[in-house]
Amino acid sequence: MSWLSILALAVQAALGFQGASYALAATGLNLKFGYTGLSNFGHVGFLLVGAYGMAIAADNGWSIWVGFALGIGAAVVLGLLLGVPTLRLRGDYLAIVTIAAAEILRLVANARPSEPVTGGSSGITGLSGKLGFFEPNFIPSGSFGIGDLSFNSRQLWSMLWTWGAVLVATLLVRALVRSPWGRVLRAIREDEDAAKALGKNVVVFKLQSFVLGGTIGALAGAFIALDSGAVSPTRWIAPLTFAIYTVVILGGAGTIWGPIVGAVAYWFVLDVVDGVLNNLWFDVSDTTAGAVRLALMGVGLMLLMIFRPQGILGSKKEMLAGAR
Amino acid sequence: MNLPAVSRSLRVLLCLVALAVLWPAGAAHAQDAPAGDAGEPTEAEETAEACTFGKAQAIEANGGPLGPSIWGRLCQVIDGAPAFAEGVEVVVSQDGEEVATATTDEGGVFVATIPENGVYQVAIDPETLPDGFSLTDEDRATLERIRVNLGDQQAIFRFGEDTRGQRDASDYLTTMAKGLRLGLILAVAAVGLSLVFGVTGLTNFAHAELVTVGGIGAFVLNDAGVPFWLTVPLAVVLGGFTGVANDRLLWRPLRARRMALLSMMVVSIGLSTAARNLFQIGFGPEGRRYTASSGQFERAYGPFRLTPNDLLIMAICVVVLIAMTVLLRSTRLGTAIRAVADNPDLAASSGIAVNRIVTVVWGFSGALAALGGILYGLSVNVSFDMGFVLLLSMFAAVVLGGLGNAYGAILGAVVIGIVQETSGLFVDTAYKFVVALAVLIIVLLVRPQGILGQRERFG
Repeated sequence: MSWLSILALAVQAALGFQGASYALAATGLNLKFGYTGLSNFGHVGFLLVGAYGMAIAADNGWSIWVGFALGIGAAVVLGLLLGVPTLRLRGDYLAIVTIAAAEILRLVANARPSEPVTGGSSGITGLSGKLGFFEPNFIPSGSFGIGDLSFNSRQLWSMLWTWGAVLVATLLVRALVRSPWGRVLRAIREDEDAAKALGKNVVVFKLQSFVLGGTIGALAGAFIALDSGAVSPTRWIAPLTFAIYTVVILGGAGTIWGPIVGAVAYWFVLDVVDGVLNNLWFDVSDTTAGAVRLALMGVGLMLLMIFRPQGILGSKKEMLAGAR
Repeated sequence: MNLPAVSRSLRVLLCLVALAVLWPAGAAHAQDAPAGDAGEPTEAEETAEACTFGKAQAIEANGGPLGPSIWGRLCQVIDGAPAFAEGVEVVVSQDGEEVATATTDEGGVFVATIPENGVYQVAIDPETLPDGFSLTDEDRATLERIRVNLGDQQAIFRFGEDTRGQRDASDYLTTMAKGLRLGLILAVAAVGLSLVFGVTGLTNFAHAELVTVGGIGAFVLNDAGVPFWLTVPLAVVLGGFTGVANDRLLWRPLRARRMALLSMMVVSIGLSTAARNLFQIGFGPEGRRYTASSGQFERAYGPFRLTPNDLLIMAICVVVLIAMTVLLRSTRLGTAIRAVADNPDLAASSGIAVNRIVTVVWGFSGALAALGGILYGLSVNVSFDMGFVLLLSMFAAVVLGGLGNAYGAILGAVVIGIVQETSGLFVDTAYKFVVALAVLIIVLLVRPQGILGQRERFG
């Protein structure tokens, strides 16, 4: 395999569904973490409820819109349930509690008594057929692109919807953070006490940001479920949250286009590494290749945080997490 | 410490004691309810044993060697005494074809001669059972897969109420003891996490990997032929050095750059992810066991059924935790550590070398985490993600006790360990961990600074 095709496959992942779904999830996290300074390390819990909302709708024969509504409704409920008691906690406590809450959700979905609803450890499969996600696809079948960089009609359909959602979410976040509401969020991030002193109800603003960010995350989860056609509990683990954090910080936390740039760059780098690992003079097993990728992600996150915490797009002046 | 604080702590402790006492009682109640009028569990267990049947008894009943056969005894405890079903026809078939039949004698014993080793279906007709007999599971009148490998094989039909799900006092006590074991291991592993938080404010996700360093370090040495109990001090020293290296190479420079604590937490997540995956590449994805884990059988120590290792693990933990407490309470080093944890600037201005104390704490943290990892590996197994598996429980313990408070971490760990294990008695075991995490969240709602934490610490 040539360098060219490795690059082509990496661009395919970056621009394809993987990049899009991470960009959407990261847009939600960026609102919470980047703009409001909430260290929510249970973001994957919101993705989980979005995905399971879609899967449960499919399993019961409801329509795709019910699936979206279920996921988003569940995300709002989860955001309120989790946010009301925890948002007055300090950053590190909040991180631990949210990570624990996401793990609770996953374990409950995975448990045998939940099988009638969530499918237990085997999850729910055959979603796209039941929901008819690909039915209105007007893109003719066949592959489009140049050489190795090509997408088939199904991939393009997923990408169309997910990138569309990313765009809508990003424009929404852009409008919100430029409004007075967004300025309060940033004030909370920079100095919570000062915002309080100005008479702002800090907890309410935090809660709104938390719920809205979670809802965008749930949307990402719903699209992941639709694209893969299956939902299983093994996917929604803490390292996925960490990966989305890497995306947010890589792109630039607290910037409007940061999550998109971050997601594209993240998948590009990851897939170049994958391509190189698959073309070495010795064989690398899939498990090892996966571990190498994650190890690199970890090292990358460290180096990024130490040497360029503002990411690709951020400015050093407006940096996140100034407070203890 | 002022008076209201003392009385508050006492109140919390009282609540915990009450919880600990009521917990098993509640568990016992939850278990008794569905069993209804089945009688005392202990009695049921005794009489169930009356139906136990073995090959020696079969040979005796047969009046000679069994030969290639499928054998067994139809027995049910009726009114407290074993009764045997006589004259029931047992049909043995293979791939739908009948190969042998046998009829039970007055002792309920049947011996059906079969042509060769293989997989057989063994069936009885429930209609032909004498009065009073009933199968435990109506669908198990035909045993679908009886595999005969060594000439003959017993086929067991179960009769009467299912007694296997019932538990006696010994089960509860044993589960409590195992919870205590887990709690003590967690305490040893998590004290360092809390100490590091105390002196530097860092929530160190990579603490999980310090635990794994101990577990894997001891395994590698053990695998190379070093006797297990010798690998323990070696791996603990290795863990201590790893902790010191962590501080010197990474965290001290970052502190010097005045990095925000939340950013440092994200760095620790990166470090944890990287280290865990490197362990996976080096150690492989499978779990392994120490040589000292083999040949461990449960024995009865009073009402507790534990392995000798369990006792040893608990003894080591208790000794180490007491030593740690004494060190913190009554030595100059301990006083210095507590001073730095309280207020680093004040400690520095009163002549304490803060950076050196922090490094020492990192050394302790790494060594204790490594010891926790070894002991956890000894009681479960050693794997590349053993620390990560424990991480949330450790966080739960530390937050429950109050971040930065070493005694709180110990108390929190014991509570989490016992809650996690005993909850398996009355909710589905899949929810064990959920219950522990839920306890964490509820405690944070009621008392956000943790059980022993001080209100000032909490933002």
